[in-house]
Amino acid sequence: MSTVNPASGKPHEIVERALELSRADGCVVIADEHSGANLRWAGNALTTNGVTRGRTLTVIATVGGAEGTASGVVSRSAVTADDLEPLVRAAEAAAREAGPAEDAQPLVEGVPESPDFTEPPAETSSGVFAAFAPALGESFARARAGGRELYGFAAHNLTSSYLGTSTGLRLRHDQPTGTLELNAKSPDRTRSAWAGRPTRDFRDVDPLALDAELARRLAWAERRTELPAGRYETLLPPTAVADLLIYQQWSSTARDAAEGRTVFSKAGGGTRVGERLSGLPLTLRSDPREPGLESAPFVLAHSSGDDASVFDNGLPLEPTEWLRGGELNRLITTRHTAGLTGLPLAPGMDNLVLDAGGSRSLDDMVAASGHDGPCLLLTCLWYIREVDPATLLLTGLTRDGVYLVEKGEVTAEVNNFRFNESPVSLLGRATEAGVTERTLPREWGDWFTRAAMPALRVPDFHMSSVSQGV
Amino acid sequence: MPHEVDESFLALPLRALADAALARARALGATHADFRLERVRSAAWRLRDARPAGSSDTTDLGYAVRVVHGGAWGFASGVDLTMDAAARVASQAVEMAKLSARVIAAAGSDERVELAAEPVYADRTWVSSYETDPFTVPDAEKTGLLAEWSSRLLAAPAVSHADASLLTVHENKFYADTAGTTTTQQRVRLHPELTAVAVDPESGEFESMRTIAPPVGRGWEYLTGAGGWDWDAELAEIPELLAEKMRAPGVEPGRYDLVVHPSNLWLTIHESIGHATELDRALGYEAAYAGTSFATFDQLGSLRYGSDLMNVTGDRTAEHGLATVGYDDEGVAAQSWNLVKDGTLVGYQLDRRIAKLTGFERSNGCAYADSPAHVPVQRMANVSLRPAPDGPSTEELISGVERGIYVVGDRSWSIDMQRYNFQFTGQRFFRIENGRLAGQLRDVAYQATTTDFWGSMKAVGGPETYLLCGAFNCGKAQPGQVAAVSHGCPSALFENVNILNTTQEAGR
Repeated sequence: MSTVNPASGKPHEIVERALELSRADGCVVIADEHSGANLRWAGNALTTNGVTRGRTLTVIATVGGAEGTASGVVSRSAVTADDLEPLVRAAEAAAREAGPAEDAQPLVEGVPESPDFTEPPAETSSGVFAAFAPALGESFARARAGGRELYGFAAHNLTSSYLGTSTGLRLRHDQPTGTLELNAKSPDRTRSAWAGRPTRDFRDVDPLALDAELARRLAWAERRTELPAGRYETLLPPTAVADLLIYQQWSSTARDAAEGRTVFSKAGGGTRVGERLSGLPLTLRSDPREPGLESAPFVLAHSSGDDASVFDNGLPLEPTEWLRGGELNRLITTRHTAGLTGLPLAPGMDNLVLDAGGSRSLDDMVAASGHDGPCLLLTCLWYIREVDPATLLLTGLTRDGVYLVEKGEVTAEVNNFRFNESPVSLLGRATEAGVTERTLPREWGDWFTRAAMPALRVPDFHMSSVSQGV
Repeated sequence: MPHEVDESFLALPLRALADAALARARALGATHADFRLERVRSAAWRLRDARPAGSSDTTDLGYAVRVVHGGAWGFASGVDLTMDAAARVASQAVEMAKLSARVIAAAGSDERVELAAEPVYADRTWVSSYETDPFTVPDAEKTGLLAEWSSRLLAAPAVSHADASLLTVHENKFYADTAGTTTTQQRVRLHPELTAVAVDPESGEFESMRTIAPPVGRGWEYLTGAGGWDWDAELAEIPELLAEKMRAPGVEPGRYDLVVHPSNLWLTIHESIGHATELDRALGYEAAYAGTSFATFDQLGSLRYGSDLMNVTGDRTAEHGLATVGYDDEGVAAQSWNLVKDGTLVGYQLDRRIAKLTGFERSNGCAYADSPAHVPVQRMANVSLRPAPDGPSTEELISGVERGIYVVGDRSWSIDMQRYNFQFTGQRFFRIENGRLAGQLRDVAYQATTTDFWGSMKAVGGPETYLLCGAFNCGKAQPGQVAAVSHGCPSALFENVNILNTTQEAGR
């Protein structure tokens, strides 16, 4: 067996070879080179840790026919030279069997080649933790001495994607993704606190500083009070806002809205684009060149779906404002669904920023709270699921610390709650947005990490029932 | 029809790679090492309104080496199918173990990884139970069937849109360890799903109804009527049920008796029993992510989980189960055991490390990794509620309810990180009045805490009500992994459960 070795390989050559082998009317090839390293710990000790390497080659064949163009998508990992031709033929066969694709469009052309297209893939290794791991060990020791147990996960992944098409595109993107989650518990596990950070390279995260932050929160929890279900003025921290708005963004496809089956559908037909959703001057946007949150500047679609089309691969991505001044400005479209709905082209992207021009930190907002009655400060949200698509009602739970704010200070920890709330409704009821900062979404961090959000003040957040869980 | 393991998988250099990796791990001082080579082919098709709307066909091939070295775990994976590369991956795994050991020592911990003993199984082969591998069926036949089914739904005036999807998986695993166990396995599973959507453009109201046919560890026969599901009957009833649901009144919030069909109850079992009886969770190994469990280890043998009628098993052997295997990803033979007996917690789900740590003689075989790039973690067996041997039919359960709701099909689910507080919705909710169904209700969710809910179970259906349901997408661990798992259960009656109106919850 002859082997294309990912460790020493030239993915651009594999892309070129696959394109040469293609007999289809059109062909898109995506080579994704993955590397990753992760550390996991529980009870102040590392548990399961690992390093990974891999390559996935995706071939998208398009075949014209009397009734329209069809597409076939086949992906294989661990591709060898012997596998290339069978893989291309499999994609072509899948296209021939598939029937006309409703999202068919001419393949993208005319995008300048990436200057580093022929360079080797970027990669990560356990070396990314060279400084972090000893600091983590030190934080374990400090936590142990301080009567805390630390649990958590640090992961760094790097994917280099090479995109080639039969229409001449040669594009490349290197995507580093790093996350750190740290959870501190009292030894009897009656108190729990959490912090998370996104990072591109682990040079800007400090487990000792995070442990100190969590120690402060566990201290807050030494006084505990019980509150019943109800509606409370609540400060949602940036991570919680991110989790709610990421789900809203995933629910923002133009076609579903135009068909009358989402919260963004308008009674009588059409969509709610142009409608004011918030009294705050909120801008919700994506930009592949957002500093610190850089994501692929062109469409990388490994399969077609409601929010992406394989025919759009390589399409340049531009800054897009989903909300502008509190008004719904864009819904997610492919070229196909933009045509169907008459809405502007607005492909989905891999970062999300909410900004209302606020300047107050979460600490500032706490200091300004609880003067006219109790206010709740949440840490994060968990197990968020859609209950009703018509209102985008979501349910989920608070986790790792709900704190009572009285007269500008945190005075106690409160029990956890189940909430039933819609992010769309929350945007309409929020009375204040703080300063926008990078944050790690707790619930959706496995899929979406590049977010910057403000804290939000909501006067009547709906806590549907009490959760005994800690 | 019994199948053989695919020749194309057996033709891979399984043993040579394993030998190279395990020899290197031994030479570097590992006290245990295991090697796992997997080929997982997953394909998906989606149709919107009977037209192709996306497909994918992905094969993940690679291998993993896991070691215990210096009392710590180390793990590495690779894709290059050469002996040198396999040995190199083993070296990386040992390096990761050494890194772990250094950090653990720096923290002042004396924690060491040890594994429960398991008999050695040399050269064992196991293949799941199916008739026709779905990957041998032409794609055009698959999409053609989904399109035809979609067209049936779209032909009804009440149906504005029809979504269809099919997921199929063919999984091969080769496992070898330094004790001498080698196993080769093959599993097939698939999940078809159709959803009808009704839209009233004027009012802006819309509703949907999905098939309740469960995902299964079967082959293509499941879609042709030979695999235990009557697709024609279900597709025929959906349009009228959907139209009725559009007209149905919203539920009045309050407390109701519930008769819960297996197509809904399986998910409540999954969340409130399946995850809660994972001992790694209960001990804290998932504390930062999936969470812990209210069913703590000190309560084994004493925790009142539910009513005396409650008997729950963990089972890796159920035919057509999505978590059914011959051997787990630590070389442990499949077993069946009690988790809850007569309402009391009597067992947990274990892997070899957790079994040893907590004094069990043997793991019950719950280690699983969803890809060659992931470390095996303790994952769910098929966790099932046993039917009452002479129990009532679903109709008999309903006939005993004066004012209640009959719940069919799953939809939304959420539970807290210790598995107490949950909220579920469903596909179809029928009013029960004086022992009879009296039309559908909308906007229903039930909310309870785990022990309250299972304590309120007043009757369990008989074997004829039993259905094996499940999911492809159970999430756990970091890096995140998904596992397929089945849950069998009968229909059951629960008294005095809290019902919410989801429209009112949304503030409308």
